[in-house]
Order: sequence, then C-alpha cells, then structure tokens
Amino acid sequence: MNDFTPWSSLAGGAMIGLAAGLFAVANGRIAGISGLIGSLLQRGAEGRGEKASFLLGIFVAPLLWQVFTTMPPVHFTASPWALMVAGLLVGIGTRYGAGCTSGHGVCGLARLSPRSAVATLCFMSAGFATVFLLRHVLAGA
Amino acid sequence: MQRFIGFLAGALFGMGLLVSGMANPAKVLGFLDLAGQWDPSLALVMVGAIGMALLPMTWARRQAVALLGGRMQMPTRHDVDHRLVGGSLVFGAGWGLAGICPGPALVLLVGGYWQAWLFVAAMLAGMLLVNALEVSRN
Repeated sequence: MNDFTPWSSLAGGAMIGLAAGLFAVANGRIAGISGLIGSLLQRGAEGRGEKASFLLGIFVAPLLWQVFTTMPPVHFTASPWALMVAGLLVGIGTRYGAGCTSGHGVCGLARLSPRSAVATLCFMSAGFATVFLLRHVLAGA
Repeated sequence: MQRFIGFLAGALFGMGLLVSGMANPAKVLGFLDLAGQWDPSLALVMVGAIGMALLPMTWARRQAVALLGGRMQMPTRHDVDHRLVGGSLVFGAGWGLAGICPGPALVLLVGGYWQAWLFVAAMLAGMLLVNALEVSRN
C-alpha cells in the first residue's frame, strides 16, 4: 500500500506549485485552502468572487478527472469518530495558526516566510507524533 | 478575468492534489509514519510545489499590483506568536489522525466519499467556532 511514487508526486507537486504561483502573480493572492474557506465563512470578507472561483476550480478537478479516467486510489483508515475529531482539530488549528499545508507549507515556504517555516515545522511534527502515537504506542498497548 | 484565472488555478491545484497522491489519506499517513514503512513520496510533492512556486512568489512579493490589476495581497507579518504555534500543532494532530488536510478534503468531498463529508462538516464547524470566538473577543 505504501508504494513510493516519486515521479507522480513530483509532477503533482509541480502542478500545485504552478497553480499557487499563478494565483499569486495574476490575482495577488495566497492559494491557502483553509484561509480561503475561513474567509468565505466570514461576513464582509473582500474578494469573495475570486476566492470562491479558486475553490470552485478545486471542486471541478475531480469531476473533470473522472471524465477522462477513474479516480486514483483513495483509502480512508480513520473511523467516523476519528474523522469528525480530526476535522474539528483541522478547522480550529488552521484558523488559529492562519494556514495549512498549502498556505504555510507551499506558499509560505516559497515566499521564504519565517512564520510559515515555524508553522510548517509545528504541523509536520505534530502529524509525525500523532501517527507514531496511534500506530506504534497505542496500537501495540 | 480574475475569477476565470482563479478558477483555472484552482482546477490545476485540484488536479495536482489528485496526481500527487495527496488526496489519498492512506498515502498521507504513510508519509507521516516515520517509524513504519515510510513512504517519502509526499516530501517530493513539497519539493515540486515549492520549487515551482519559488520564482512567481519572489516576483509577487516585490509588486504592489498583481498582473490582472488587483492589489497584491501577500502576507507581511513576521512575528511568531503562540497562536501560530499552538494552532499549527492542533492542525498537525488532526492531520495525523485522519491523513486529510483542507485541500484534499474538498477534492474528496466532490469525489463522492462520505468520509470526506463528515470531515468537512466538522472542519467547517471548527472554523466557524474560531470565527465566532474572534468576533466576541473584539
């Protein structure tokens, strides 16, 4: 299951980076998904049309994908309860931390932002620690 | 035009998530599982994404106006506070719990996976909660 996919991952990453670069250069905005969603949930946020258009593009991607080919493998391992707790933590954490994998991890690091470097270090470490705890400490107990 | 380019960028972004493997929660967890059968693929997603975004971001940082005429809105803060650190730690814990972050969550939502609906509903609730707390704080 854990097959190493260097080329497709590198190519997919390049597409993500190109999209983020295009949104920054053309629209002057950060392609941070949690930031875009969070801002659309707020009343009176500016640039709602552009932000919603970007998210609409993400929504269309899997549909367009399915026109040409079948979806790539998708496996969920978390239970329904874990999914809900995880969603809650991701929602709260990305709002307080002002960004997620895309906003801090891709855009922020590409901007050489020290804030984003710290944020990325924090969420990566917490992700590694959580999986270690769940798979190697609690699972064996 | 701004909306059209925004839409195109979003679609390319979503396709990138699908191609890269980021939209597969099991693969994300395989990357986060350093002590198991570690799958380093997602490190290459970051390399590809940051490498590709580096030049455009560097250009964007130095402009006041974006190509399509809108105001350049790159973040300007440099301070590291407890909200940034605490929030990112909480986000990382949630990411490690399910292997899903906000971008892939949206792709999976439309991909037709009920698990993604549960996740996104809880994520929106979390965001609304923070928004409400922020409003009452100010």
